[in-house]
Amino acid sequence: MYPSGYRYTKDHEWIQMDGPVGTVGITDYAQRELGDVVYVELPKVATPVQAGQSFGTIESVKAVSEIFSPVSGEVTEVNAALSDAPEKLNQDPHGSAWLVKIRLADPAEPATLMDAAAYENYIAEKMKEKTS
Amino acid sequence: MNPKAEAETSGIATGAAARHVSLNERLIFEQSAPGKRGMDLPPLDVPAVDPAAVLGREFMREAVEGFPEVSEIEVLRHFTRLSTWNYAIDLGMYPLGSCTMKYNPRVNEHVARLDGLVNEHPLQPGELAQGCLRILHDLEQSLVAITGMDAATLEPAAGAHGEMTGLLMIRACLESRGNPRKKVLIPDSAHGTNPASAVMAGYEVQNIPSNTRGHVDKDRLRQAVTEDVAALMLTNPNTLGIFEDHVAEIAGILHERGALLYMDGANMNAFAGIARPGDFGVDVMHLNLHKTFSTPHGGGGPGSGPVLVKKILEPFLPVPVVVRKEGGRFVLEHNRPQSIGRVRAYCGNFGVLLRALAYILAYGPGIRQATEDAVLNANYIRKHLEGHFDLPYDLPTLHEVVFSDARQKPQGINTMDIAKRLIDYGFHPYTTAFPLIVPGALMIEPTESESKQECDRFIQAMRAIAAETETNPELVKTAPHSTRIGRLDEVTAARKPILRWKP
Amino acid sequence: MRYLPKSPSERQEMLAATGARSIEDLFQSVPEQFRLREPLPLPGPLSEMEIIRYFEARAAENARDYTSFLGAGVYAHLRSVVTDALTGRGEFLTSYTPYQAELSQGTLTAIFEFQTLMCQLTGQEVANASMYDGSTALTEAVLMAARITSRRRVLVARSVHPEYHQVLRTCTRHAGIEIEEIGYTGAGQLDRAALTKEKLADVAAVAIQSPNFFGVIEEVPALAEAAHAAGALLVAGIAEAVSLGIVRPPAEADIVAMEGQSLGLPMSYGGPYLGVIATRQKFVRQMPGRLAGQTTDAQGRRGFVLTLATREQHIRREKATSNICTNEALCALAATIHLCLLGKEGLRELALQNLAKAQFARAELEKIPGVRHVFASPSFNEFVLAFPRSVKLINAALLGEKIIGPLALGTHYPELTKHALVCVTEMTPREEIERLAAAIRRILATPV
Repeated sequence: MYPSGYRYTKDHEWIQMDGPVGTVGITDYAQRELGDVVYVELPKVATPVQAGQSFGTIESVKAVSEIFSPVSGEVTEVNAALSDAPEKLNQDPHGSAWLVKIRLADPAEPATLMDAAAYENYIAEKMKEKTS
Repeated sequence: MNPKAEAETSGIATGAAARHVSLNERLIFEQSAPGKRGMDLPPLDVPAVDPAAVLGREFMREAVEGFPEVSEIEVLRHFTRLSTWNYAIDLGMYPLGSCTMKYNPRVNEHVARLDGLVNEHPLQPGELAQGCLRILHDLEQSLVAITGMDAATLEPAAGAHGEMTGLLMIRACLESRGNPRKKVLIPDSAHGTNPASAVMAGYEVQNIPSNTRGHVDKDRLRQAVTEDVAALMLTNPNTLGIFEDHVAEIAGILHERGALLYMDGANMNAFAGIARPGDFGVDVMHLNLHKTFSTPHGGGGPGSGPVLVKKILEPFLPVPVVVRKEGGRFVLEHNRPQSIGRVRAYCGNFGVLLRALAYILAYGPGIRQATEDAVLNANYIRKHLEGHFDLPYDLPTLHEVVFSDARQKPQGINTMDIAKRLIDYGFHPYTTAFPLIVPGALMIEPTESESKQECDRFIQAMRAIAAETETNPELVKTAPHSTRIGRLDEVTAARKPILRWKP
Repeated sequence: MRYLPKSPSERQEMLAATGARSIEDLFQSVPEQFRLREPLPLPGPLSEMEIIRYFEARAAENARDYTSFLGAGVYAHLRSVVTDALTGRGEFLTSYTPYQAELSQGTLTAIFEFQTLMCQLTGQEVANASMYDGSTALTEAVLMAARITSRRRVLVARSVHPEYHQVLRTCTRHAGIEIEEIGYTGAGQLDRAALTKEKLADVAAVAIQSPNFFGVIEEVPALAEAAHAAGALLVAGIAEAVSLGIVRPPAEADIVAMEGQSLGLPMSYGGPYLGVIATRQKFVRQMPGRLAGQTTDAQGRRGFVLTLATREQHIRREKATSNICTNEALCALAATIHLCLLGKEGLRELALQNLAKAQFARAELEKIPGVRHVFASPSFNEFVLAFPRSVKLINAALLGEKIIGPLALGTHYPELTKHALVCVTEMTPREEIERLAAAIRRILATPV
């Protein structure tokens, strides 16, 4: 379910590294929690971002959620396709519905994040909390 | 029965003509045909002019493209048909929590349309507006008496507008003491307008969590009230229908540190005539005349949000202020150096204000009876639904009661499903999913306008739905089944917004 | 009490069912020391007849039987009885905000029609379901422009309604907006020469009104061009919406903030009125207020819902585009009905009548020795005249003839002490215009 090459945050974002640039998105767990996504607001190219700071929002019909950057760096590319087709976030959150690409200030930073196995454990705990 | 008529009423389609158009009214634009009109003007009694000559071509437009062209009867039928697609207090109980959907007395509509009131210009000389000014004055005095505050402004056009006005006055007052401060404290059970208004008044918002009893947590409050805090915005009774029994102590905590207590009076219907905010330490508050004071909601407005203040805030009231002069004449006073300024052009929503005064005059001191009946209805409903729905805060209920859908959740049914099913029983839904501190809230406010019989019908409907969630959950999940249209696709509406008609 | 549907025995029965011993018991959470022991000192209770008499007595203390030449943002226009008959229907009057779409299709459909009419009228792409009034709509438009541009400075025309100016200052001061005023030319239009590059640098918006407070029509396309060249938006206020029946709409503006009172609402001593915000599609997510949108149900039937609600306070709280919740829905419905009745032809004819009446009035009044028409630029149904003596004195004398004279401008414009704003609409009969002219002629002929 959760790609093994990605790293994950407690706020349910993922990052996939390609050299100094990381592709960032939200996890399948996040999209299910959000429900039907109707709008995504993303930063402009060249915007500096800070790990743990909000860089955009995702809207469902009756909620707005912040997107927190998993790493620090600068936005190099934005997924423009999402503005016309926000539903992609519900359909392919780990693939074509990536959000932004970030040039990392410190390319080693993702190593501090969870790997897929750790993230799966993390969300299993979350689910347990919810049903109890 | 005539077979054709039967086909029509039962909806058995025999072709496009089988159902009358009244069941499927088109938009007014779709009924337009060139050359029709619904209003004739008296003939022009001065020489006609050539607009191109008077205005110049560059300032002129041709007729408004796309404007409807329909006759009077078509307009009348169109909107009459649309009206039948609405629910209304005039049809039955409208138990929206926090909205106070009470009877809108018809005499109020009558007096609001009296010639001599409805056709007055707000800038006409004061000596020719004594009647209007007296109405404003009498209403101010009545609201001061009901709330135990010292002075009022009737200028704000709605509750949220009143909130902003009150906060601007707090800011001006603190500024005059040397420091406007930075933050406004807001409990997590508050209406969304509170934080939004605080921001418009230039304050940061700090949320205060409620304690397990749904009250403001006093210890947390004590910690939070620093030299940076300008005010606490307290809804009392809060959105759970629970009175903040330590309100005087809360006021004390704030006052000790130079902060003020703002009361959101949205729930004044819970204690008008029983107690007065002015007696328990409130410095400034607003009222929603379209809630407690019966002015019609009209599908979302207009409202009116008078702000009432203690003496310390009086110098900061928005201009103009209605002043009674010796000899009983009224004037609008504009020259008030410490005023925050204007928050709206002219003198507020006069037509709404006079309806509220008509309501107060109808009850007089008997307004207490209305409050008692409203609280009695809420408690009666609570008693009969306990055991069928989960009650997350088991504290004395005033004018409204908040249940949760916790008992229905295991069947996959949430508060919205129950609300939609209530429609099939002929009621408007209660408020869903608010306050935010109750997951899956069912917020029920019957008001004093419901008879015992109507409350009983509501209770029966709610109990029946509770039973259906066990026996036939699908029926509840797919409700409503009785309306002209089913549940609408809100997701597509938001993803691909269509916000106007186009040919 | 006639509004309360319970008999004494039903009250007892219900009370018993709750388990409370007395009504007092139900209020046990209200601390004893704060519970009132005395009845509130309120007048009443009054019967229906007495209430009517009270308000009839107040109506008699007002200006019935006077002819008025006041406008200044509030206009006496024709209204059809059909409008009141329809807005008075309980299904519209006594319904709530249409959050439950299945039970509110009447209101929602009407809002969708209203939004469409406002777009057609203003030449904009989207319009909201209403704001409080013109003054607060202008304020919200300015705040919206600041959000869109991430800038803080706003240039506001001195010829914007003075009360709108005051509201704008009060309500944006603490939102970090800096306001600068731009003057007007001798012809009554905004002084474009003052819109220099330096002045426009880092400006969020230029806010104007057209027709402006002096009744003069602004050159919207040129102003929009100047604003856009500096990366600023043009906010166009409209106080007299009937003008749009003949005057070119401010399509080049980025945000239109309109007062819709003229569109079928009575003057009602200042309210309730009808604020409108209309803008470009691309700015819709920065717009304040409710929006109705079209969608379908599971069977594909057309229906309407409130949409894009994430902009609003009940969801986004302190980050919302505005704090507005209650709006002026019933006034928007009245305007919708009124405009449907007038229709394409009616609105144009109405606007033309206003234009013709104002031209006639101006010509009549200009014939009076010493009376001068001030601003040469084209105007709609209002215009400014200069008199050889104080307007206050003239108006005081006119009251004796049962005429409420034109608005003295000196209060708000110290540079215009002997000036007055005259308004005539289709409701002002020719004889009354002639009576005004004759009266002023007489007054001016009398030595002070």
